[in-house]
Amino acid sequence: MEKILVLIHTAEGGSLPKAALETLAAAQSLGGEVVTGVFGEGAGSSIGSLAVEGGAFAQARYATDAAACEALIKASGAAIVLAPHTSRMARALPGVAARLGGVADTHVVAVNTPDGAVQASRWFYRQRIEGTFSRTARPWVMLIEPGSYEPVDAAPAAAVTKLEVAVGSRTQVVGYESPETGEQTIRPDAETLFVAGAGWTKKQKDGQTHTPEAAELIIGFVRGAKSSLGSSKSLVDMGSEGQSVLPFLTHLHQIGQTGSTPRHRKGLATCCHGEEPHVVGWRFIRERRAVNMDANCGWARGKADVLYVADAFEVMRELNRLLG
Amino acid sequence: MPYQIIVCGGLAPDPLQTLEPVNGAASPGLKNEMMLPGVLDPWASHALYEAANLARQHPGSTVRLVSLAPKAKLQQVLMTVAQKLPFELVALDGPNNGFSDANETGKALGEAIAKIELPMENVLVFGGWESATRGSGVVMQIVAERLGIGDVFLAVDEIKVEEGGSFLVKERVEGGKHMVSRCAAAPAVLAWATGNLAEPPNHPQTGMANMRVIMPSLQKATPTAVGTGMAFASASLPKQVRETRIVKDTPAGEIAREIAEWLKQ
Repeated sequence: MEKILVLIHTAEGGSLPKAALETLAAAQSLGGEVVTGVFGEGAGSSIGSLAVEGGAFAQARYATDAAACEALIKASGAAIVLAPHTSRMARALPGVAARLGGVADTHVVAVNTPDGAVQASRWFYRQRIEGTFSRTARPWVMLIEPGSYEPVDAAPAAAVTKLEVAVGSRTQVVGYESPETGEQTIRPDAETLFVAGAGWTKKQKDGQTHTPEAAELIIGFVRGAKSSLGSSKSLVDMGSEGQSVLPFLTHLHQIGQTGSTPRHRKGLATCCHGEEPHVVGWRFIRERRAVNMDANCGWARGKADVLYVADAFEVMRELNRLLG
Repeated sequence: MPYQIIVCGGLAPDPLQTLEPVNGAASPGLKNEMMLPGVLDPWASHALYEAANLARQHPGSTVRLVSLAPKAKLQQVLMTVAQKLPFELVALDGPNNGFSDANETGKALGEAIAKIELPMENVLVFGGWESATRGSGVVMQIVAERLGIGDVFLAVDEIKVEEGGSFLVKERVEGGKHMVSRCAAAPAVLAWATGNLAEPPNHPQTGMANMRVIMPSLQKATPTAVGTGMAFASASLPKQVRETRIVKDTPAGEIAREIAEWLKQ
């Protein structure tokens, strides 16, 4: 078995993202020698036997992150590099692989060694086709999709080799912001995903639209159930096209082919037709239910466990009352 | 300051098409792949709209679309895309599907851009942060490495140019947030998420003007062999099939109670 480097970065305050410990689990499942390299704030006192730390590496920037990763991969001598698929790693590592004459694959959901050689599994065409493949180029960098493995425990390394990396960047991180004007509605760790479709803004039984009430019902449920809020592309696009929309929705809420593919245990879709480009974003939602007026919508064709053919306004009013 | 904006973009099957993998000699492909209606990759499209918007704000800027795709299919797709905004085309005639190697695609695009020999001090390279085919998100960083650009931004939703040539970039990060960074100046590589712009309406005059430039570029498309470093063991549709229970003619209160119970489990 080839030598494996688990390459991770620290988060604010030197903590480790959960995805880092999941990646360590993926590496351990392969067997063989595993080395851990860490960069970022407080990396020297983290779980890695190799570390790059210093002020330059506290910020998530391509130039500095790539330099740190390059140094760690070279120092480890590893042929296989596993890293968590965080925004920071996804930005830096493909360039590092190219720099070192290797290759990178992202969104990897499983790694194994059926015949002694490493194979990776990932989705193609945005979660529509599942593929398994191997490569001969080395180093082979793989970014492990969060949620694909159960995290393992890891203790701080007994001995740490700190690497000196000199690099500058013309980019400075100036801050973080949430696009919503109100409360946070995207919660990756929530048990349930609640999806609002374009039907919420359409004319209802009385021939009128009821967008303000729709907004109240949706946000009421998200608060009551402590769920994460998602949306279909059609509803989010209405905002850019000047139509009446729900004020708290942005492109960041978009689920599906051109949106995100979140991992929640349960998902409830409302006023959404369940067309394939949207439902590919539900690939990792295990339990799915939908409320829609159309009994022949996409959800009815094997895409949801339960489809309630009902008026979502009435159902959500009752549901919010029950959730208090 | 005028910019030379390069947009990297491939093709993707129309999202509403049914996709079925078939085994090929070297790698899998899609059933009836050449017959499937195609579109310019959705994220590359967003990058192109943002490029045109930035070019409008900075007179003298140019937008070039660099595309690696089968020539005949690219021509079909560009008949529509060309009506939306003015751009020039650099075409590479080669494979472009979900099973082609993103690492090799990145190298080919990087080489093609390098051959244009633009002065780098005002170059911005745009593209989608992932494609709707491979969905890998590695191409733009490889292009950056080939061009020697050290400022790369992934999942960008906004660029705001400041006086003096620096610019602010908003990138999507975990938890539904944006990270805001300031880059001192071009050159830079920006891999776009959806941005904030709506799809521009078709404008036939723009289309006609564009096609006069695009057709000769298509005829000169460089045949580009993209090696595949991947040996596929399998490519298949997911097997998961759900037996959907359809609940009709049930009072809203009863449905709400059932959903509330399910949420508590």
